[in-house]
Amino acid sequence: MILRLIQKEFILELRRKAVISGISLYLVSIIFICYLTFSLRQNSINEATWSALYWLSVLFANVNGIAKSFIGEKKGLLIYYYSIASPQAIILSKIIYNVVLSLALALAGFLLFSIFIDNPLQDQELFILTLLLSSFGFSACLSLISAIASKTNNSNVLMAVLSFPVIIALLLMSIKITKNALDGLARSESQDELLNLFAINCIMVALAYLLFPYIWRS
Amino acid sequence: MKTWIKIAAIALLLYVHIGGMLFEVPRLNILNETIRALYFHVPMWFGMVLLFLISVYYAILYLRNPTSKFDIRSVEYANVGLTFGILGMITGMLWANYTWGTPWHGDPKQNGAAIALLVYLAYFILRGSIQNEEQKARLSAVYNIFAFAAMIPLIFIIPRLTSSMHPGSGGNPGFNMYDLDSKMRLVFYPAVIGWFLAGVWIALLRIKVRELEEQIMDFENE
Repeated sequence: MILRLIQKEFILELRRKAVISGISLYLVSIIFICYLTFSLRQNSINEATWSALYWLSVLFANVNGIAKSFIGEKKGLLIYYYSIASPQAIILSKIIYNVVLSLALALAGFLLFSIFIDNPLQDQELFILTLLLSSFGFSACLSLISAIASKTNNSNVLMAVLSFPVIIALLLMSIKITKNALDGLARSESQDELLNLFAINCIMVALAYLLFPYIWRS
Repeated sequence: MKTWIKIAAIALLLYVHIGGMLFEVPRLNILNETIRALYFHVPMWFGMVLLFLISVYYAILYLRNPTSKFDIRSVEYANVGLTFGILGMITGMLWANYTWGTPWHGDPKQNGAAIALLVYLAYFILRGSIQNEEQKARLSAVYNIFAFAAMIPLIFIIPRLTSSMHPGSGGNPGFNMYDLDSKMRLVFYPAVIGWFLAGVWIALLRIKVRELEEQIMDFENE
Protein backbone atom coordinates (compact mmCIF):
# COMPACT_ATOMS: atom_id res chain seq x y z
CA MET A 1 0.00 0.00 0.00
CA ILE A 2 2.78 2.38 0.99
CA LEU A 3 4.65 1.63 -2.21
CA ARG A 4 1.58 2.23 -4.30
CA LEU A 5 0.93 5.56 -2.56
CA ILE A 6 4.53 6.69 -3.12
CA GLN A 7 4.24 5.67 -6.76
CA LYS A 8 1.05 7.72 -7.01
CA GLU A 9 2.78 10.76 -5.47
CA PHE A 10 5.55 10.60 -8.05
CA ILE A 11 3.19 10.12 -10.98
CA LEU A 12 0.99 12.99 -9.86
CA GLU A 13 3.97 15.24 -9.30
CA LEU A 14 5.45 14.51 -12.70
CA ARG A 15 2.10 14.91 -14.39
CA ARG A 16 1.38 18.41 -13.09
CA LYS A 17 4.75 19.97 -13.53
CA ALA A 18 3.64 23.35 -12.24
CA VAL A 19 4.33 22.54 -8.59
CA ILE A 20 7.79 21.08 -8.95
CA SER A 21 8.93 23.71 -11.42
CA GLY A 22 7.47 26.39 -9.14
CA ILE A 23 9.55 25.20 -6.20
CA SER A 24 12.67 24.88 -8.33
CA LEU A 25 12.22 28.41 -9.59
CA TYR A 26 11.66 29.55 -6.01
CA LEU A 27 15.01 28.05 -5.00
CA VAL A 28 16.79 29.52 -8.00
CA SER A 29 15.30 32.96 -7.28
CA ILE A 30 16.34 32.87 -3.62
CA ILE A 31 19.89 31.91 -4.46
CA PHE A 32 20.11 34.45 -7.25
CA ILE A 33 18.84 37.15 -4.89
CA CYS A 34 21.47 36.11 -2.35
CA TYR A 35 24.06 36.38 -5.07
CA LEU A 36 22.88 39.81 -6.22
CA THR A 37 22.37 41.34 -2.79
CA PHE A 38 25.83 40.37 -1.69
CA SER A 39 27.17 41.13 -5.17
CA LEU A 40 29.62 38.37 -4.62
CA ARG A 41 32.49 37.36 -6.84
CA GLN A 42 34.35 40.56 -6.13
CA ASN A 43 34.83 39.74 -2.50
CA SER A 44 33.74 36.27 -1.62
CA ILE A 45 31.66 35.86 1.57
CA ASN A 46 33.09 34.14 4.58
CA GLU A 47 32.19 30.61 5.56
CA ALA A 48 29.74 31.43 8.34
CA THR A 49 27.68 33.57 5.97
CA TRP A 50 27.80 30.86 3.35
CA SER A 51 26.32 28.24 5.66
CA ALA A 52 23.71 30.68 7.01
CA LEU A 53 22.58 31.65 3.52
CA TYR A 54 22.57 28.05 2.36
CA TRP A 55 20.48 26.75 5.23
CA LEU A 56 18.04 29.66 5.05
CA SER A 57 17.42 29.11 1.34
CA VAL A 58 16.99 25.39 1.82
CA LEU A 59 14.69 25.89 4.83
CA PHE A 60 12.37 28.26 2.97
CA ALA A 61 12.32 26.10 -0.15
CA ASN A 62 11.53 23.06 2.00
CA VAL A 63 8.74 24.78 3.92
CA ASN A 64 7.14 25.90 0.68
CA GLY A 65 7.68 22.61 -1.08
CA ILE A 66 6.49 20.26 1.63
CA ALA A 67 3.59 22.51 2.60
CA LYS A 68 1.98 21.34 -0.62
CA SER A 69 1.75 17.77 0.64
CA PHE A 70 -1.55 18.38 2.44
CA ILE A 71 -2.46 22.02 1.98
CA GLY A 72 -3.01 21.91 -1.77
CA GLU A 73 -5.04 18.70 -1.83
CA LYS A 74 -8.71 18.81 -2.70
CA LYS A 75 -11.30 17.80 -0.06
CA GLY A 76 -12.68 14.99 -2.19
CA LEU A 77 -9.26 13.48 -2.79
CA LEU A 78 -8.53 13.42 0.94
CA ILE A 79 -11.81 11.62 1.62
CA TYR A 80 -10.91 9.12 -1.09
CA TYR A 81 -7.53 8.41 0.54
CA TYR A 82 -9.26 8.09 3.87
CA SER A 83 -11.51 5.37 2.54
CA ILE A 84 -8.79 3.32 0.84
CA ALA A 85 -5.68 3.57 3.04
CA SER A 86 -4.70 3.50 6.70
CA PRO A 87 -3.41 6.79 8.14
CA GLN A 88 -0.04 5.18 8.91
CA ALA A 89 0.41 4.23 5.25
CA ILE A 90 -0.47 7.74 4.16
CA ILE A 91 1.91 9.56 6.50
CA LEU A 92 4.75 7.13 5.76
CA SER A 93 4.29 7.49 2.03
CA LYS A 94 4.17 11.27 2.34
CA ILE A 95 7.29 11.29 4.51
CA ILE A 96 9.24 9.08 2.11
CA TYR A 97 8.14 11.09 -0.89
CA ASN A 98 9.05 14.34 0.88
CA VAL A 99 12.47 12.98 1.84
CA VAL A 100 13.19 12.58 -1.86
CA LEU A 101 11.82 16.03 -2.60
CA SER A 102 13.72 17.65 0.25
CA LEU A 103 16.96 15.91 -0.63
CA ALA A 104 16.56 16.97 -4.26
CA LEU A 105 16.01 20.56 -3.15
CA ALA A 106 19.03 20.47 -0.86
CA LEU A 107 21.29 19.00 -3.55
CA ALA A 108 20.00 21.41 -6.19
CA GLY A 109 20.59 24.25 -3.75
CA PHE A 110 24.13 23.00 -3.12
CA LEU A 111 24.80 22.84 -6.85
CA LEU A 112 23.45 26.33 -7.44
CA PHE A 113 25.42 27.68 -4.52
CA SER A 114 28.58 26.15 -5.95
CA ILE A 115 27.89 27.74 -9.33
CA PHE A 116 26.74 31.19 -8.27
CA ILE A 117 28.46 31.84 -5.00
CA ASP A 118 31.18 29.52 -3.90
CA ASN A 119 31.91 26.07 -2.60
CA PRO A 120 34.11 26.54 0.44
CA LEU A 121 33.48 23.02 1.77
CA GLN A 122 36.50 20.98 2.68
CA ASP A 123 34.61 17.81 3.52
CA GLN A 124 31.99 17.21 0.83
CA GLU A 125 30.92 13.71 1.93
CA LEU A 126 30.18 14.80 5.46
CA PHE A 127 28.07 17.66 4.14
CA ILE A 128 26.10 15.36 1.83
CA LEU A 129 25.50 13.01 4.76
CA THR A 130 24.19 15.95 6.77
CA LEU A 131 21.87 16.88 3.91
CA LEU A 132 20.55 13.33 3.80
CA LEU A 133 19.92 13.21 7.56
CA SER A 134 18.38 16.66 7.76
CA SER A 135 16.06 15.96 4.84
CA PHE A 136 14.52 13.13 6.89
CA GLY A 137 13.85 15.48 9.77
CA PHE A 138 12.53 18.26 7.55
CA SER A 139 10.24 15.88 5.75
CA ALA A 140 8.77 14.22 8.87
CA CYS A 141 8.30 17.48 10.74
CA LEU A 142 6.92 19.51 7.86
CA SER A 143 4.60 16.75 6.63
CA LEU A 144 2.91 16.56 10.01
CA ILE A 145 2.70 20.32 10.38
CA SER A 146 1.35 20.67 6.87
CA ALA A 147 -1.40 18.24 7.85
CA ILE A 148 -2.20 20.38 10.91
CA ALA A 149 -2.04 23.64 8.98
CA SER A 150 -4.24 22.35 6.15
CA LYS A 151 -7.19 22.24 8.57
CA THR A 152 -6.98 25.92 9.47
CA ASN A 153 -8.15 29.11 7.81
CA ASN A 154 -4.86 30.85 7.05
CA SER A 155 -2.82 27.74 6.43
CA ASN A 156 0.14 29.31 4.66
CA VAL A 157 1.03 31.68 7.48
CA LEU A 158 0.46 28.99 10.08
CA MET A 159 2.66 26.56 8.20
CA ALA A 160 5.61 28.90 8.71
CA VAL A 161 4.74 29.94 12.26
CA LEU A 162 4.21 26.38 13.47
CA SER A 163 7.18 24.81 11.76
CA PHE A 164 9.99 27.27 12.48
CA PRO A 165 10.28 26.79 16.25
CA VAL A 166 10.01 23.02 15.91
CA ILE A 167 12.62 22.76 13.19
CA ILE A 168 15.24 24.97 14.83
CA ALA A 169 16.78 22.12 16.85
CA LEU A 170 17.36 20.21 13.64
CA LEU A 171 18.67 23.26 11.86
CA LEU A 172 21.14 24.14 14.62
CA MET A 173 22.57 20.62 14.60
CA SER A 174 22.94 20.69 10.81
CA ILE A 175 24.62 24.08 10.91
CA LYS A 176 27.07 22.83 13.51
CA ILE A 177 28.06 19.88 11.33
CA THR A 178 28.25 22.17 8.31
CA LYS A 179 30.69 24.31 10.22
CA ASN A 180 32.86 21.28 10.91
CA ALA A 181 32.64 20.29 7.25
CA LEU A 182 33.58 23.81 6.19
CA ASP A 183 36.62 23.79 8.42
CA GLY A 184 37.56 20.30 7.30
CA LEU A 185 37.80 18.93 10.83
CA ALA A 186 38.29 15.24 11.44
CA ARG A 187 35.16 13.14 11.08
CA SER A 188 35.27 12.04 14.70
CA GLU A 189 34.69 15.67 15.74
CA SER A 190 31.23 15.62 14.20
CA GLN A 191 30.21 12.22 15.48
CA ASP A 192 28.21 13.54 18.44
CA GLU A 193 26.31 16.00 16.29
CA LEU A 194 25.55 13.37 13.67
CA LEU A 195 24.19 11.07 16.35
CA ASN A 196 22.11 13.91 17.75
CA LEU A 197 20.75 14.72 14.33
CA PHE A 198 19.89 11.08 13.85
CA ALA A 199 18.16 10.95 17.24
CA ILE A 200 16.11 14.06 16.46
CA ASN A 201 15.09 12.48 13.17
CA CYS A 202 13.97 9.33 14.94
CA ILE A 203 11.90 11.39 17.40
CA MET A 204 10.27 13.35 14.60
CA VAL A 205 9.43 10.35 12.41
CA ALA A 206 8.09 8.41 15.40
CA LEU A 207 5.95 11.32 16.56
CA ALA A 208 4.61 11.99 13.08
CA TYR A 209 3.73 8.31 12.76
CA LEU A 210 1.99 8.21 16.14
CA LEU A 211 0.19 11.54 15.98
CA PHE A 212 -0.95 11.63 12.38
CA PRO A 213 -3.96 9.29 12.83
CA TYR A 214 -5.49 11.82 15.25
CA ILE A 215 -5.31 14.61 12.68
CA TRP A 216 -6.49 12.40 9.89
CA ARG A 217 -9.76 11.36 11.52
CA SER A 218 -11.51 14.66 10.97
CA MET B 1 -9.93 22.83 45.16
CA LYS B 2 -7.12 21.46 47.22
CA THR B 3 -6.50 23.76 50.15
CA TRP B 4 -3.02 22.45 50.92
CA ILE B 5 -1.68 23.78 47.62
CA LYS B 6 -2.70 27.31 48.54
CA ILE B 7 -1.32 27.11 52.06
CA ALA B 8 1.94 25.53 50.93
CA ALA B 9 2.40 28.04 48.12
CA ILE B 10 1.77 31.05 50.39
CA ALA B 11 4.00 29.74 53.18
CA LEU B 12 6.86 28.81 50.87
CA LEU B 13 6.77 32.04 48.88
CA LEU B 14 6.60 34.13 52.06
CA TYR B 15 9.62 32.26 53.36
CA VAL B 16 11.41 32.67 50.00
CA HIS B 17 10.81 36.40 49.83
CA ILE B 18 11.95 37.03 53.38
CA GLY B 19 14.79 34.51 53.32
CA GLY B 20 15.86 35.39 49.81
CA MET B 21 16.23 39.04 50.69
CA LEU B 22 17.75 38.69 54.16
CA PHE B 23 19.78 35.48 54.42
CA GLU B 24 23.49 35.59 53.89
CA VAL B 25 24.74 34.76 50.40
CA PRO B 26 28.25 33.92 49.24
CA ARG B 27 30.20 36.89 47.92
CA LEU B 28 31.27 36.20 44.35
CA ASN B 29 32.89 38.43 41.82
CA ILE B 30 30.57 40.16 39.33
CA LEU B 31 27.51 38.43 40.81
CA ASN B 32 27.67 40.10 44.23
CA GLU B 33 24.19 40.66 45.64
CA THR B 34 22.48 39.95 42.30
CA ILE B 35 22.93 36.28 43.15
CA ARG B 36 19.62 36.63 44.98
CA ALA B 37 17.92 36.74 41.58
CA LEU B 38 18.58 32.99 41.53
CA TYR B 39 15.57 32.50 43.82
CA PHE B 40 13.25 34.22 41.37
CA HIS B 41 14.75 33.61 37.92
CA VAL B 42 15.61 29.91 37.96
CA PRO B 43 12.32 28.72 39.55
CA MET B 44 10.49 30.40 36.68
CA TRP B 45 12.17 28.04 34.18
CA PHE B 46 11.66 25.00 36.38
CA GLY B 47 8.03 26.04 36.74
CA MET B 48 7.64 26.64 33.02
CA VAL B 49 8.98 23.23 32.04
CA LEU B 50 6.90 21.45 34.68
CA LEU B 51 3.72 23.30 33.68
CA PHE B 52 4.30 22.55 30.00
CA LEU B 53 4.87 18.93 30.97
CA ILE B 54 1.48 18.86 32.71
CA SER B 55 -0.04 20.51 29.64
CA VAL B 56 1.41 17.80 27.39
CA TYR B 57 0.18 15.14 29.81
CA TYR B 58 -3.38 16.44 29.47
CA ALA B 59 -2.95 16.74 25.70
CA ILE B 60 -2.11 13.02 25.60
CA LEU B 61 -5.11 12.26 27.81
CA TYR B 62 -7.25 14.31 25.45
CA LEU B 63 -6.16 12.34 22.39
CA ARG B 64 -6.92 9.07 24.16
CA ASN B 65 -10.27 10.27 25.47
CA PRO B 66 -11.57 13.45 23.82
CA THR B 67 -13.51 15.37 26.43
CA SER B 68 -13.38 19.14 26.82
CA LYS B 69 -12.28 18.66 30.44
CA PHE B 70 -8.78 17.60 29.37
CA ASP B 71 -8.59 20.24 26.66
CA ILE B 72 -9.31 23.05 29.14
CA ARG B 73 -6.64 21.71 31.50
CA SER B 74 -4.09 21.40 28.73
CA VAL B 75 -4.67 24.96 27.52
CA GLU B 76 -4.64 26.57 30.94
CA TYR B 77 -1.44 24.84 32.06
CA ALA B 78 0.18 25.96 28.81
CA ASN B 79 -1.11 29.47 29.45
CA VAL B 80 0.40 29.67 32.92
CA GLY B 81 3.59 28.02 31.67
CA LEU B 82 3.89 30.70 29.02
CA THR B 83 3.44 33.40 31.65
CA PHE B 84 6.17 31.80 33.74
CA GLY B 85 8.41 31.68 30.67
CA ILE B 86 7.88 35.37 29.94
CA LEU B 87 8.58 36.24 33.58
CA GLY B 88 11.70 34.08 33.50
CA MET B 89 12.81 35.87 30.37
CA ILE B 90 12.29 39.31 31.94
CA THR B 91 14.04 38.41 35.20
CA GLY B 92 16.86 36.81 33.23
CA MET B 93 17.29 39.89 31.07
CA LEU B 94 17.37 42.13 34.12
CA TRP B 95 19.93 39.92 35.79
CA ALA B 96 22.02 39.67 32.61
CA ASN B 97 21.97 43.42 32.26
CA TYR B 98 23.83 43.77 35.57
CA THR B 99 26.17 40.79 35.31
CA TRP B 100 26.89 40.21 31.62
CA GLY B 101 26.48 43.82 30.57
CA THR B 102 23.61 43.53 28.11
CA PRO B 103 20.10 42.17 28.46
CA TRP B 104 20.35 39.93 25.38
CA HIS B 105 23.54 38.03 25.03
CA GLY B 106 22.83 35.34 22.46
CA ASP B 107 23.51 32.74 25.10
CA PRO B 108 22.41 29.26 23.90
CA LYS B 109 20.10 28.80 26.87
CA GLN B 110 18.57 32.21 26.35
CA ASN B 111 17.94 31.44 22.69
CA GLY B 112 16.55 28.02 23.55
CA ALA B 113 14.16 29.58 26.02
CA ALA B 114 13.06 32.17 23.48
CA ILE B 115 12.30 29.39 21.01
CA ALA B 116 10.33 27.51 23.66
CA LEU B 117 8.21 30.62 24.08
CA LEU B 118 7.78 30.87 20.30
CA VAL B 119 6.49 27.29 20.22
CA TYR B 120 3.75 28.04 22.71
CA LEU B 121 2.89 31.39 21.14
CA ALA B 122 2.45 29.49 17.86
CA TYR B 123 0.28 27.02 19.78
CA PHE B 124 -2.08 29.80 20.81
CA ILE B 125 -2.15 31.24 17.28
CA LEU B 126 -3.05 27.77 16.00
CA ARG B 127 -5.91 27.63 18.49
CA GLY B 128 -7.05 31.07 17.44
CA SER B 129 -7.32 30.19 13.78
CA ILE B 130 -9.57 27.15 14.00
CA GLN B 131 -13.31 27.66 14.47
CA ASN B 132 -14.52 24.16 15.16
CA GLU B 133 -14.08 23.49 18.91
CA GLU B 134 -13.42 19.79 18.63
CA GLN B 135 -10.95 20.17 15.78
CA LYS B 136 -9.23 23.01 17.63
CA ALA B 137 -8.72 20.82 20.68
CA ARG B 138 -7.46 17.85 18.70
CA LEU B 139 -5.04 19.70 16.43
CA SER B 140 -3.63 21.81 19.23
CA ALA B 141 -3.12 18.69 21.36
CA VAL B 142 -1.19 17.09 18.50
CA TYR B 143 0.92 20.21 18.03
CA ASN B 144 1.49 20.48 21.77
CA ILE B 145 2.92 16.95 22.00
CA PHE B 146 4.95 17.30 18.82
CA ALA B 147 6.41 20.68 19.70
CA PHE B 148 7.22 19.66 23.27
CA ALA B 149 9.11 16.59 22.09
CA ALA B 150 11.03 18.69 19.60
CA MET B 151 11.75 21.35 22.21
CA ILE B 152 13.40 19.08 24.76
CA PRO B 153 16.61 18.61 22.77
CA LEU B 154 16.72 22.35 22.39
CA ILE B 155 16.52 23.38 26.00
CA PHE B 156 18.36 20.52 27.64
CA ILE B 157 20.87 19.15 25.16
CA ILE B 158 22.12 21.94 22.90
CA PRO B 159 23.22 24.31 25.69
CA ARG B 160 25.30 21.49 27.13
CA LEU B 161 27.12 20.94 23.84
CA THR B 162 28.12 24.53 23.29
CA SER B 163 29.72 26.93 25.67
CA SER B 164 27.22 28.94 27.64
CA MET B 165 27.49 31.65 30.20
CA HIS B 166 24.97 29.81 32.33
CA PRO B 167 26.46 27.51 34.91
CA GLY B 168 26.40 23.80 34.24
CA SER B 169 27.41 23.87 30.59
CA GLY B 170 30.47 24.12 28.41
CA GLY B 171 32.71 23.06 31.25
CA ASN B 172 31.38 25.70 33.63
CA PRO B 173 30.77 24.43 37.12
CA GLY B 174 27.15 23.61 37.91
CA PHE B 175 25.18 24.67 40.90
CA ASN B 176 28.04 23.84 43.20
CA MET B 177 29.54 27.18 42.31
CA TYR B 178 26.69 28.90 44.08
CA ASP B 179 26.15 26.86 47.18
CA LEU B 180 29.65 26.73 48.52
CA ASP B 181 28.15 26.99 51.97
CA SER B 182 24.94 25.25 50.77
CA LYS B 183 22.97 27.93 52.56
CA MET B 184 21.42 28.99 49.29
CA ARG B 185 19.91 25.57 48.84
CA LEU B 186 17.80 26.22 51.93
CA VAL B 187 16.02 28.96 50.03
CA PHE B 188 16.42 27.74 46.46
CA TYR B 189 14.59 24.42 46.72
CA PRO B 190 11.62 25.90 48.62
CA ALA B 191 11.55 28.66 45.99
CA VAL B 192 11.28 26.13 43.14
CA ILE B 193 8.47 24.26 44.88
CA GLY B 194 6.74 27.44 46.01
CA TRP B 195 6.66 29.07 42.57
CA PHE B 196 5.56 25.81 40.96
CA LEU B 197 2.68 25.44 43.43
CA ALA B 198 1.70 29.06 42.80
CA GLY B 199 1.59 28.28 39.06
CA VAL B 200 -0.58 25.23 39.64
CA TRP B 201 -2.87 27.31 41.83
CA ILE B 202 -3.32 29.95 39.10
CA ALA B 203 -3.97 27.22 36.54
CA LEU B 204 -6.54 25.52 38.79
CA LEU B 205 -8.36 28.82 39.28
CA ARG B 206 -8.47 29.45 35.54
CA ILE B 207 -9.68 25.92 34.88
CA LYS B 208 -12.45 26.45 37.42
CA VAL B 209 -13.49 29.69 35.71
CA ARG B 210 -13.48 28.07 32.28
CA GLU B 211 -15.56 25.14 33.49
CA LEU B 212 -18.10 27.44 35.15
CA GLU B 213 -18.33 29.48 31.94
CA GLU B 214 -18.97 26.30 30.01
CA GLN B 215 -21.72 25.30 32.44
CA ILE B 216 -23.36 28.70 32.06
CA MET B 217 -23.21 28.30 28.27
CA ASP B 218 -24.90 24.92 28.58
CA PHE B 219 -27.67 26.39 30.76
CA GLU B 220 -28.28 29.19 28.29
CA ASN B 221 -28.47 26.79 25.40
CA GLU B 222 -31.11 24.67 27.11
